[in-house]
Amino acid sequence: MNHLDGLPPWAAVLVGVLVLLGAGFAFIGSLGLVRLRDFYKRVHAPTLGSTLGTFFMVAASVVCFSILQGRPVLPVILIGVFLTLTTPITLMLLVRAALYRHRVEDGRQMPPR
Amino acid sequence: MPHPLMAGFLLLAWLLLQQSLAPGTLLAGLAIALGLAWAFGKLRAPPARVRNVPLMVRLLLRVIGDIVRSNLAVAGIVLRRRGRFVSGFVQIPLELTDPYGLAALACIITSTPGTIWVDHDSRRNVLMIHVLDLVDESIWIDTIKRRYEQPLKEIFQ
Repeated sequence: MNHLDGLPPWAAVLVGVLVLLGAGFAFIGSLGLVRLRDFYKRVHAPTLGSTLGTFFMVAASVVCFSILQGRPVLPVILIGVFLTLTTPITLMLLVRAALYRHRVEDGRQMPPR
Repeated sequence: MPHPLMAGFLLLAWLLLQQSLAPGTLLAGLAIALGLAWAFGKLRAPPARVRNVPLMVRLLLRVIGDIVRSNLAVAGIVLRRRGRFVSGFVQIPLELTDPYGLAALACIITSTPGTIWVDHDSRRNVLMIHVLDLVDESIWIDTIKRRYEQPLKEIFQ
């Protein structure tokens, strides 16, 4: 907890709340992976971590390091941009692979609900 | 200049990563951005034309709002004890044909929790999505077409 001592209390609280919110959304997303029943439902859950989860984490690091270094620290925003651009591609790839398998195994165009 | 949008984005990303506006950095960033945009041009990707920038900004804000709302909705579904909800596939006939418009639609639908782009039949131009909390198919068809497809059509084609 060394260099975080450099944060004024209000900023520490703000950063803490943002980090907890981000972690919370990422956790609920991961929980969804366990709790939802089938593959097509499960793929929805991780998007929580990749959208609001990432947003709050990025916001927390921008606030934290901007205040610590006394100037706007923006490169972390790129993490958010690249995650937003790449996660849909991974998810679509997974879903399409599952769909292809369903079609081959069941011989139906539409997978079962 | 080929692909000015992409070159601009690459330059911005480079400057953000370098965190400086020194002439050297600027020059190197410019060289990289132009070089990569030129290389991208060699892939013979069809040119992207953005016809309506204000509409694009409005669509972006709308998508951000929708993402926040669906985050809360999906979190609610996950946290409910034994959720009674029906998931299912929805087929949506599209009028949008521009490849960049379709790519943007794919990103919008997939990054919004609760909906995922599953398949697109380019011959019939029918899109299939999977919806986590499916109450009424026609509402989803209407939502996707009105909220996203219509503006994307105006932006890209």
